[in-house]
Amino acid sequence: MGDKIYEVLSPVMGTFYRASAPDNPPLVEVGQKIKASDMLCVIESMKIFTELRSEYGGVVKDILVENEDPVMKKQALMIIEKE
Amino acid sequence: MPFKRILIANRGEIALRIIRTCKEMGIGTIAVYSDADKDSLPVKIADHAVHIGPALSYKSYLNLDRIMAAIKEAKADAVHPGYGFLSENADFAKACEEAGITFIGPSAQCIARAGNKSSARQALMALGIPVIPGSEDILTSPDMACALAETVGFPVILKASGGGGGRGMRIAHTPEELREAFSMASGEAKAAFGNPDIYLEKYITNPRHIEIQILGDTFGHYVHLAERECSIQKRYQKLIEEAPSSFVDEDLRAALGNTAVTIARAMGYTNAGTIEFLVDKDKKFYFMEVNARVQVEHPVTEMITGIDIVRQQILIAAGQKLTLKQEDIVPKGWAMECRINASDPDDNFMPCPGRIESIVFPGGPGVRIDTHIHDGYMVGPFYDSLIGKLIVWDQDRPSAIRRMKRALDEFDIKGIQTTIPFFRKIFLNKNFQKGDIDTHFLDNL
Repeated sequence: MGDKIYEVLSPVMGTFYRASAPDNPPLVEVGQKIKASDMLCVIESMKIFTELRSEYGGVVKDILVENEDPVMKKQALMIIEKE
Repeated sequence: MPFKRILIANRGEIALRIIRTCKEMGIGTIAVYSDADKDSLPVKIADHAVHIGPALSYKSYLNLDRIMAAIKEAKADAVHPGYGFLSENADFAKACEEAGITFIGPSAQCIARAGNKSSARQALMALGIPVIPGSEDILTSPDMACALAETVGFPVILKASGGGGGRGMRIAHTPEELREAFSMASGEAKAAFGNPDIYLEKYITNPRHIEIQILGDTFGHYVHLAERECSIQKRYQKLIEEAPSSFVDEDLRAALGNTAVTIARAMGYTNAGTIEFLVDKDKKFYFMEVNARVQVEHPVTEMITGIDIVRQQILIAAGQKLTLKQEDIVPKGWAMECRINASDPDDNFMPCPGRIESIVFPGGPGVRIDTHIHDGYMVGPFYDSLIGKLIVWDQDRPSAIRRMKRALDEFDIKGIQTTIPFFRKIFLNKNFQKGDIDTHFLDNL
């Protein structure tokens, strides 16, 4: 993993959502430029919703899981290329 | 026998709780289950079980069509909704009524009335029942929320119209916080109840959460089963409940009980229900909401009254008259309940799904455990973190506290983090032991 690449990991076992609410559009798309602290996705675990925000500004290089997919704790969800 | 076969439209400990009473009454039971629950205890213990879909709630336990199909397939003549999921969904009760299935709970009309918290508030204000200042309207935008918050004054609390239990609730101290809270609260409400509607109230600081259990039959006869003290909460989720409350004297009990029955009667409420109040330090109380279902914490009331609330629900739904009279209901002793959650008390109660390696349950006099977990059970991430309830009864509060402490010491769950170690600390806390608590108790530790 190079210095320029940052992997977004799930903090908890749960369900991956790309939007902050069911009827909203995805929070980010591949290729999108983001700022540090931008919301990237939401993980639902046991009815608790955790917003994941980017630690760095950069570009979304890849989204590794599909909306509503189950994810494990520490599973990589997105690849961000740091600015 | 009131019914031949009851389908339990729920999962986990409450499904098991309902099945147990049905069995004691000689009524057949049908469990429903998602992919995640196919090996669960309710499925094993029920007479029959029907698969209703994938693990995600909205595809199974919240899927009205799937549940209705299961009822038909299993030829159930009644359905018990438990708590959460579709329990307070008026469309579900209505679909049952139209299909000729008895819904064990209030009528669809009454659920709609109770569930529409803004119109319930208005109706009760007209009766002179004290309510918390706030909006009577569903919030349609962050701007509307901010305007209303300025009128009632910050801090304010956002709540889900479609349900209780703390889901979809957020407190905001400033307009900026309120804007941010708005979409998350709405999203949580939609996910938990299938209804994104939220409303706003003034947030009363340092109150106690005290609620009254009521029963009402279809003949207009009502009783209340005294109060439950539910002030020990984290993130608006109750963690410890007790009955009675050390804060409630005979006068306050009578006032709360009579008010609860007045509210139930005014709503035409039938079956078991809970009227929730906030009580401030001067014992002034405000109506909060009606929970039109059996509550998680119902066992503490059962322990002090000797009344099986689920049994009463079934009898009332079958059209029988309540045989209980108010003067016969004399609470005895003290009951306390700890909610055993799969969450990590050392990490801000973050959910902790995982496999349970082994469990040793407490036992002995005055100890009751309502749970569906067992050695090797997989606690998945799809549902609530509640994995069981430890309930104790003893003659008085100090004895009940001692009993709870020794039961918590016996209770050993390996494989996942739970709230058990946290409760061991709380029961040693001097202020808790004195009964000096409010809804911010845990925040101020």
